[in-house]
Amino acid sequence: MNWFHWLANPARFMRFAARLQPWIMALGLLTGAAGFYFALFASPADYQQGETVRIMYVHVPSAWMAMFIYVVMAAAAGSFLIWKHPLADVAAQAAAPVGAGFTLMALITGSLWGQPMWGTWWVWDARLTSVLILFFLYLGYIALVNAFDDPERGSKAGAILLLVGVVNIPIIKFSVDWWNTLHQPASVARMDGPSIDPSMLLPLLLMAAAFKLYFLYLLIVRMRGELMARRIRLLHLSDVS
Amino acid sequence: MKCFFVLVRRDLSLALRQGSDAAMALMFFVIVVTLFPLAVGPEPGVLERISSGIVWVAALLAAMLSLDRMFQTDYDDGSLELMLLTPVPLEVLVLAKCLAHWLTTGLPMLLIAPLLGVFMNMQTEAFPVLLASMALGTPVLSLLGGVGAALVLGARRAGTLVALLVLPLTIPLLIFGVSAVEAAVTGQSAKAQLLILGAMLMACLPLAPWATAAALRQAAG
Repeated sequence: MNWFHWLANPARFMRFAARLQPWIMALGLLTGAAGFYFALFASPADYQQGETVRIMYVHVPSAWMAMFIYVVMAAAAGSFLIWKHPLADVAAQAAAPVGAGFTLMALITGSLWGQPMWGTWWVWDARLTSVLILFFLYLGYIALVNAFDDPERGSKAGAILLLVGVVNIPIIKFSVDWWNTLHQPASVARMDGPSIDPSMLLPLLLMAAAFKLYFLYLLIVRMRGELMARRIRLLHLSDVS
Repeated sequence: MKCFFVLVRRDLSLALRQGSDAAMALMFFVIVVTLFPLAVGPEPGVLERISSGIVWVAALLAAMLSLDRMFQTDYDDGSLELMLLTPVPLEVLVLAKCLAHWLTTGLPMLLIAPLLGVFMNMQTEAFPVLLASMALGTPVLSLLGGVGAALVLGARRAGTLVALLVLPLTIPLLIFGVSAVEAAVTGQSAKAQLLILGAMLMACLPLAPWATAAALRQAAG
């Protein structure tokens, strides 16, 4: 909690983020390169799906990120509404387009994977539909935040919408267990350990780590950009008055 | 409790005295449904097949149209601020507003739905299930719609925005509402779908007014 409040000072956050940024980039490039190597060359093709299984190494991490970023944004919205944390709202707004991008990527790669495997681009099953709803929630949030002349009003309305939309996250997570669908059930995060072979699990986890670092990197870039834009706006305003 | 009924009565008399507002959503509902036989052709088989989906989608869209007047007039003339100042919890007042909204839009749509079912060649055996699914579903629309209507107070193009925000959240309602009627049409029991709709109503009843009240406080304060 102390650390959380320590970062609440924008100037301090800017210095901290600037120092962190190159490390995140280096680590992300490293895990990304290793992940791509294992995913494309050093992992076996599936005995049923053949080479198309490699879509998994992009599809699954994107889908994880789509949900992860929404939870991060909802947590930020909560701390913005409860403790009025000044950076939480900046973080939520900075993360929204990235989350929408990952959701779109999960939908597109899933569709590309579904065509050879299920014989169809799209089915209206619970998992696909709930992820599509998640995509609409991201877009709705972005639209709502930008719909007010007073940015403060937009942030607060958006934060409440984010918290309302959280109901969708458990529905996405458990949709494959609650309904019998074409989409396969969970195979990594299970009570009795992952049911996926280690040779495929390693690249999957590497890619997941790379995606997470990429998100963190983009988040820092976008947050620093937004904070600098606010500073410029203030300078302009003080020039005018 | 007295405040609750006073507010419901006030909203109802407001809606009745400027009756056109409440009637517009209902007319929209009827017109959207009548467009479909003209658009897809009047073959009874096709119409019967899509009837439950059309009625439900039209009800969703009509409800979206009626949402902007839920809090907007109170926000404009300042009565919302008076509501915030009363010692009664805002959540209770929100529930009253939602009930009044349902009585002026959801209930009329529910009453006219069987007529539209006849238009669309829906089997008469499916009517009780259609009514039951809409009786459980339209209050959820008013409750979820309340959250959206409160969030967009003071926004630009609020009417379009509220539909963008609320429609994704109503997709589960649409899925189970339609599948309940489909089950009844094919002669199966619709109990499971109706129970899920009931569960959604039970979940929204305490949670949605809470979020709506939070949004109203942000809008007014």
